[in-house]
Amino acid sequence: MRKGGNAGRAVAAAGGGLVAWGVAWAAYSGVREPGAALAFGGVVLLGELLRVPAGTDREGAPLATAGGLGYALLGPAAAGVSQTAAVVAAATGAAALTARLTAPRPRQGRHGRHAQAAPAAPPRAQAALRRVLIVAFAAACCQPLGGEEVLTGMAGAPRAAFLVAVLAATALWDAVLSAALGAAEGGRPFVPGLRDEVRGLTGIASAVCAGGVVMALAVRSAGLWAVPLVALPLLLTQLSLRGHAAVRATYRQTVTTLARATEVAGYTPRGHAGRVSELSVAVGRELGLPARQLTLLAYAALMHDIGQLSLVDPVPRGATEPLDGERRQAIAALGGEVVRRTGAPAEVALIVERQAHPYREQPLAGRIVRAVNAYEDLTGEAAPLEARLAAVERLRLATGYDYDPRVVEALTRVLARHSTRAWLDAGADGKDLG
Amino acid sequence: MAIVPIAPARRPLPREARVTVAAVCAAGLLCAAPAPVAGPPWPTVAVLAVLYALCEPGVLRRVTDGPHRPSAVGPFLPVLLAGALLLPPAAAALVAVPGSLAGRPAPWVRRCWRAAHLAVAVWAASLAARLLGGPAALRAGDLPYALLPAAAAAVVFCAAATALTGAVLVTAEHCPPSAAWGEPLLGALGPHLTYGMVALTTALLWLRGYGVFAAVLVPLPMYVACWVFARARRERAAHDATVRALVQAVDLKDPYTRGHSERVGRASALIAGELGMDGDRVDTLRLAGILHDVGKLGVPTRVLRKTGPLDPEERRLIQLHPEYGHEMTRGLAFLDEARAAILHHHERLDGSGYPHGLTGDQIPESARVVAVADAFDAMTSTRSYRPARSVAYAVAELHRCAGTQFDPPVVAALARALAQPAPPLPAQPPAAPGGDGSGPTPARPLPAPPPARAPHPSPTPPPAAAPRAAAPRAAAPRAAAPRAAAPRPRVVAQATALGEGLLVVAGVVGA
Repeated sequence: MRKGGNAGRAVAAAGGGLVAWGVAWAAYSGVREPGAALAFGGVVLLGELLRVPAGTDREGAPLATAGGLGYALLGPAAAGVSQTAAVVAAATGAAALTARLTAPRPRQGRHGRHAQAAPAAPPRAQAALRRVLIVAFAAACCQPLGGEEVLTGMAGAPRAAFLVAVLAATALWDAVLSAALGAAEGGRPFVPGLRDEVRGLTGIASAVCAGGVVMALAVRSAGLWAVPLVALPLLLTQLSLRGHAAVRATYRQTVTTLARATEVAGYTPRGHAGRVSELSVAVGRELGLPARQLTLLAYAALMHDIGQLSLVDPVPRGATEPLDGERRQAIAALGGEVVRRTGAPAEVALIVERQAHPYREQPLAGRIVRAVNAYEDLTGEAAPLEARLAAVERLRLATGYDYDPRVVEALTRVLARHSTRAWLDAGADGKDLG
Repeated sequence: MAIVPIAPARRPLPREARVTVAAVCAAGLLCAAPAPVAGPPWPTVAVLAVLYALCEPGVLRRVTDGPHRPSAVGPFLPVLLAGALLLPPAAAALVAVPGSLAGRPAPWVRRCWRAAHLAVAVWAASLAARLLGGPAALRAGDLPYALLPAAAAAVVFCAAATALTGAVLVTAEHCPPSAAWGEPLLGALGPHLTYGMVALTTALLWLRGYGVFAAVLVPLPMYVACWVFARARRERAAHDATVRALVQAVDLKDPYTRGHSERVGRASALIAGELGMDGDRVDTLRLAGILHDVGKLGVPTRVLRKTGPLDPEERRLIQLHPEYGHEMTRGLAFLDEARAAILHHHERLDGSGYPHGLTGDQIPESARVVAVADAFDAMTSTRSYRPARSVAYAVAELHRCAGTQFDPPVVAALARALAQPAPPLPAQPPAAPGGDGSGPTPARPLPAPPPARAPHPSPTPPPAAAPRAAAPRAAAPRAAAPRAAAPRPRVVAQATALGEGLLVVAGVVGA
């Protein structure tokens, strides 16, 4: 996994600079309202310690983010931009330190490889610095041009409405930032990415923002006792998310095992399903598919060869591409039958079932799986460059009927972009894309 | 969790239950009757009532759930409890009424019951908060103290709702009082206290003039938590189906084993329970039984389907299947010791088994359990060359081989479990009549096996030598495996225990 390109480094530098400034300022002028700083820092710490494992939802620690936002919304008199940044950074750092000291080192290698098709999670430090940036943005919004009096003069519903508006702006800013980061690093087109991010705001993010606003309001009304009171439901949200993440992870493990069944049975080459899944997701992202579609695409690509289990004799190298169309469609239909029984969404079964149809009869995800699978069948794990070029050329020649020209175009772009990386990584961990 | 529908559509309630429901409705009316006279703060009542109605499943379902199957988030209690803290008892009783009457489609009797029992419970909660000086503490923002009336309101609400629901269950279903009252109450207290804290925050902010913002923003995280939990529950069901699909992938290659895996899973769980293992290990062993032959995916289909005697090379290929299975399931973290069972279920106590030729205690306990379950099901299933052997015969045969091939305590546990009159298997069809129960010989076979043949290596003469009929194609649709036999990975069970509590509350109170 890449550690982050230029855009990621820019975010990290901005966040780091902010933190340094905040700490320096706090050291110079003293900490305002240390009680509140401790209470909110504690909430951030707790939320970070009970982080949701990465890879499922974008928000890994709703409680921590809500705590940070709530602190920012206390207003310039209690927190201010610099102190907010310093407190949130300190709590996050303390959590990271605690986690490192208490938890055993996660074992890399064997387990890491099974999760190879999981969406890449941003590195933790970068995520933490991004949160600092977001929280500081909210704090800055609370410092309107009219000075502190504007905010302190407001009470009741207008104040609540103002805080909600601030957090709505913050959430949008965060969405733009994520989409821009995704475009700069993951090669995800900006506009579909932004659409995805904004759509994602309705779920967990709304709970986070509501929690932040409520925390700020309640502390003003009833003192610091309100902090644990408001944190409790947020904690429950986070624990629910953890449960959900555990289910998702288990589900993914099982689907991957099911996908590897064809490999163990000797029908397909080792790692074929994983490679097709990874490359399919990359192509889907290039084409701007929304997040849910990408998940379905990943599952369908993992299980696309499952129908071959019914063959009495394996197809040579598991490559269905050279077979005649009728036979391929029969195998695909059997695969669809198995997938239907896995409880996966119906779209996944449809993709698998139609994988051998000409592209005009396929859903977009099916076209991607077909083209990528054909490319994989033609090249395999360690084909020389000429073979890869020849494979792409062959796909191009068949875009009249078999393959969607748009998909082949996107596949070419993805492969071209990753060729340097693949060359660098070749043989390092065996999970290069092309 | 005994969530019994109060009024199943086709069966009328018994008379006592109808009387109970009528009494609760009357009590609800009595609770709410003084409200119009006292002149309550109508705007508060209206806002909370509308909010409650919006959260009622069936109203916002489309918005929260998208195009997928609807799932119950449950009646949304923090709003009711906020009403109990903010309003006098009679007015608080009104909050739940519009939502309950307009919510999920149901016969009118059920809607009235829902409205009435919630009204009574909210009324009692409000009264409890009032007696402890709740309103004054809230107005003063006296925080550590205000926790007391809020907690009291939550506990009283929980107790009242559980008591009323339990009363109907006892009169209608004649369930034992502990099942109707005790367990639901204990399970619901924690979530209710949480709801109480959310309600307290709502009430505090409401009284500070934040109005609708307080009523909408405060319960939102709680609502999202319930929603996430419901989604996780749906995906857990999908996961169960995937594990089963893994098994059915074997069926694609070898139709003879159809149904065998599920039955071995059930028998393994039965033995594990009889051996006194805890719930998690029983689940793991069920999973081990279900997946024990998954390695057959690695055996060439031509060999698996061969009808005639196997030559040594082919036998060697088949004997690789435990190792294939172990390798295949490497990525499944939740399997735990079940993987050892998959690897070692063909070991024999005297060391003549495979793949490693372990002896005695070297063989993991899980593998010894699955081995007995596997052999038992192999003998009691019908094969093409002989009908199913009787259960008595199978147990006698297991006893004969105990010590050399099987672990005697495990065999004894299976015999004991089979001899028990009450079937501990939830998914099992009623036991065939005719068991005399006079001797140690059990009279109850495992769930009626569909005509299927046993898997390959089995305790009795090597079936490799048995003639095999031509295999039917695997395309014939199979009946879905019984839901109750679904494996439930421990990781998942732990992760969702908390949310389970939340939904149990929703189910019990809103039944």
